Amino acid sequence: MLNGAEVIAQAERSIAAAQDLSTLDEVRIHLLGKKGVLTALLKQLGALPPAQCPAAGKAINDAKEAVTEAIAKRQAALYQEHLVRSLEAERIDVTLPGRGQRPGGLHPVTRTLHRIESLLTQIGFEVIEGPEIESDFYNFEALNIPPEHPARAMHDTFYFDEHTVLRTHTSPVQIRVMESRKPPLRIIAPGRVYRRDSDLTHTPMFHQVEGLMVDVDVSFAHLKGILQDLMRNFFEQDDLRLRFRPSYFPFTEPSAEVDIQCVMCRGSGCRVCGQGGWLEVLGCGMVHPRVFEHAGIDNEAYTGFAFGLGVERLAMLRYGVDDIRMFFENDTRFLMQFR
Amino acid sequence: MRVSEVWLREWVNPPVATAELAERLTLAGLEVDSVDPVAKEFEVAVTPNRGDCLGVAGLAREIGVLYGCPTHGPAPNRVRPEIDEVWPLTIAAPAACPHYAGRVVRGIDPRAETPLWMRERLRRSGLRSISSVVDVTNFVMLELGQPMHAFDLEKLQEAIVVRFSHAGERLALLDGQTLELDADTLVIADAKRPVALAGIMGGVQTAVTAATRAVFLESAFFTPASVAGKARRYHLQTDSSQRFERGVDFDLQVRAIERASELLVAICGGQPGPVVDRLYAEHLPQRQVIKLRASRIARVLGTEIAAAEVETILTRLGVRVSGGDGVWDCVTPSFRFDLAIEADLIEEVARIRGYETIRGQPPRQLMSMRGRSEVQIDLDRIRQVLVERGYQEAITYSFVDPAEQARLTPDLEPVALANPIASDMAVMRTSLWAGLLQALKYNQNRQCDRVRLFESGLIFVRGPGGVDQRPMLGGVLWGLQHPEQWAEPKRGTDFFDLKGDIEAVLALLGNIPEGLSYQPTEHPALHPYHASRVHKGNQSLGIFGALHPGLAAALGLEQPVFLFELELNLLTQRSVPRFSPISKLPMVRRDISLLVDRGVAAVELIRCVAETATNGLKDFQLFDLYKGEGIDPKKKSIALGLIFQGTSSTLIDAEVDQGVERVLKRLRERFEATLRS
Repeated sequence: MLNGAEVIAQAERSIAAAQDLSTLDEVRIHLLGKKGVLTALLKQLGALPPAQCPAAGKAINDAKEAVTEAIAKRQAALYQEHLVRSLEAERIDVTLPGRGQRPGGLHPVTRTLHRIESLLTQIGFEVIEGPEIESDFYNFEALNIPPEHPARAMHDTFYFDEHTVLRTHTSPVQIRVMESRKPPLRIIAPGRVYRRDSDLTHTPMFHQVEGLMVDVDVSFAHLKGILQDLMRNFFEQDDLRLRFRPSYFPFTEPSAEVDIQCVMCRGSGCRVCGQGGWLEVLGCGMVHPRVFEHAGIDNEAYTGFAFGLGVERLAMLRYGVDDIRMFFENDTRFLMQFR
Repeated sequence: MRVSEVWLREWVNPPVATAELAERLTLAGLEVDSVDPVAKEFEVAVTPNRGDCLGVAGLAREIGVLYGCPTHGPAPNRVRPEIDEVWPLTIAAPAACPHYAGRVVRGIDPRAETPLWMRERLRRSGLRSISSVVDVTNFVMLELGQPMHAFDLEKLQEAIVVRFSHAGERLALLDGQTLELDADTLVIADAKRPVALAGIMGGVQTAVTAATRAVFLESAFFTPASVAGKARRYHLQTDSSQRFERGVDFDLQVRAIERASELLVAICGGQPGPVVDRLYAEHLPQRQVIKLRASRIARVLGTEIAAAEVETILTRLGVRVSGGDGVWDCVTPSFRFDLAIEADLIEEVARIRGYETIRGQPPRQLMSMRGRSEVQIDLDRIRQVLVERGYQEAITYSFVDPAEQARLTPDLEPVALANPIASDMAVMRTSLWAGLLQALKYNQNRQCDRVRLFESGLIFVRGPGGVDQRPMLGGVLWGLQHPEQWAEPKRGTDFFDLKGDIEAVLALLGNIPEGLSYQPTEHPALHPYHASRVHKGNQSLGIFGALHPGLAAALGLEQPVFLFELELNLLTQRSVPRFSPISKLPMVRRDISLLVDRGVAAVELIRCVAETATNGLKDFQLFDLYKGEGIDPKKKSIALGLIFQGTSSTLIDAEVDQGVERVLKRLRERFEATLRS
């Protein structure tokens, strides 16, 4: 009556013959379903003599187990094939560009300001801002530049009236800070400044960062140390050489102008440094006693230094921009290069 | 100051080559801008404090100090008077002119030519040859640093008077212009009228001409205060005024007039009279004793300098040094006007020794933290939001075209510059839009298909307490919303793209209990129906919308253009987050679609739903808006997703149904809203 091997063999043939999951499912129902072949065989067990029952039962169950396992195996194989095929159908070109907005970028002047600020705030300098429309007093007089002083000719000043100007430097912020706070002071004042000058190398508006440090024992040696550190870190050139030249600013004494070794040719002479090997980048000095007097700081108790650097100049050197006017044309083809 | 190296080396000749000399001068604060390699001319940038170096003699003196070598110019020579004539001289303003030397020279040959060597030296210093007499005075100025003047004696009336002008007096100058003088201008006058602007320029009526046979030579010391500012007031910057306002050696006048006489007689012949020398010592600049402390030198410079070295440097500079033992008494020379206090002397010591001898060192400071509030929002964070959303930062000029700005903010009277650099940069901006729109136009004219720019900076608005200088964040958008790409349909930026950007920026403020409210608004620059103002409480945070199409056309801009401007002062603080427990109970969402009049503002609807305070209504969203076919043309369909969640137990359907009904009822009552079937 029951030939287990025969049933299994037949079942395996039809399982193998199933080429997709739904056919396989039909095969499963045909073999194992409520009305399936093996189920029917089980139902016929009762008709057998009791002595044959256990052996026949076992044979059917073995066959059922074998068939179930064969179906599961085939199912896994078919699913795998199906998956491979459907994944293939989902093939895309991953080399196509992504979707959506492209980020913009910060202005190179802002970028440069950030660099300077982040370096100086590391050593405790605090960023302070001041007004751009400034009184003659803060812009000139408190900085030891009285009305008839020849140094005023160096600043081509924009005036609103006799007493009000567009600040020609960020130095007035020094005074405002010294008036309102007590030493020790470590501040930087970044911002826009204005001079009535416009040609190939000048724009009537540009940016400066003013630095001020006042404490009981701040010296010219400290000024040199900090500026050297700042310039070397800004240009990421550990061996960058600096040159301090005596100069004149009414609000510092001693005063210096600082040249850095040309960052383009490393001092050997090129077009950027006019073959000189040096680039003038900032002015600085020890706070002039009269400036301290104006601000109500005791000259004997404290000393201090101040420096002012031109941001566009540094940005030009850092990023290789050769025309200062481009900073304010806002040509997106220019701006997008600083993303 | 330009001078040939040969001339300089006649005065001082250190054993160094040209390039080294130029570098040494530069590192001593007399920056040599360039050395002409062929002509060997030095162009020295003399800072305003160093008037003493505006002459070959002064520069030579400085080089002598730097190299410790002697100077040897032409020996001072007294020219013997050959006639007795003395011209009447009155110094009526001795405080402004404490030293004046004058001399008559008669019988000069007006046709005598300036010798080639002198013409050449003048030319190399940038002065052209005019006449032998004028050339001699200019030469002495270049050589010794003493500006001089020669009057045609025959044209002077009776006397020379140094006095202040009377208001309204007129003076025709050598350069052709006629000045009407203020009351406080120092002049050289004769008995009748001003004949020269003291220390600045001579008058044309008494000028030396080709017919001049007798001159009155002037070699004076006018105080810096009497000349400073006058030249600028009359828009006259001359070689002479430049020197006087910086300070001319008040001990030099006689030597200079002798030198000029010597040269004049040698070139033009003539018989000099005696030198008249008027000196008012009490009015000369005072040279006070300055105390210089060794300890202060060390403290200011951060380095110790040996006492002997300090004394040597100062002495070589012409400073009379006495005392010692840590404190010196110093008296500065007559030619230095920049040495008045201890710090000035410290600079001299450092300068002559060389700044390179001071070694840089990091300051030592107490390590202490500066507090930093968590509520503070940095401007940089705000900028980053915009950058990530595709904006490029711009920096535009703070002064703009008054006409263009008047169209954008007609109600605000701008602050005008008294001396603008150009008529289209004449007033301060009252909004960031004028500059940004100009930048937009610049880019539109250069084949750009999309522009998104933002800027942060001050605007300048007149207020009751003066000019308010307020930091703003402004932006302009135009063109494609996304860069052209394969995966997104090409579409133009619209109002809600802009609003999304505004919301993203304002999201930095964190959780605001009272919320932000966006209301329709009007602004002269904006589209009447595409403009909104955003408030936090009753504070306006800013405004945004589409540029008025009429204005865009007038400005020659392609449309539509979108603008925003936010008050940065109100974007500096956010809330510190506060945790609230998360419910573990399941949420139920019910979507309802409503028909309301088109005029109903979404914000009203939303506020109404929120105000129902329906039990279990946790959140809701407006997720669809429809107008058009299939519904009443006067209506719009708005779809809301209502999200319910119990607080202590899971809501049952009946409770949710009740909640939805409550919301619907309110909306029916307020807006006659009906459910869209």
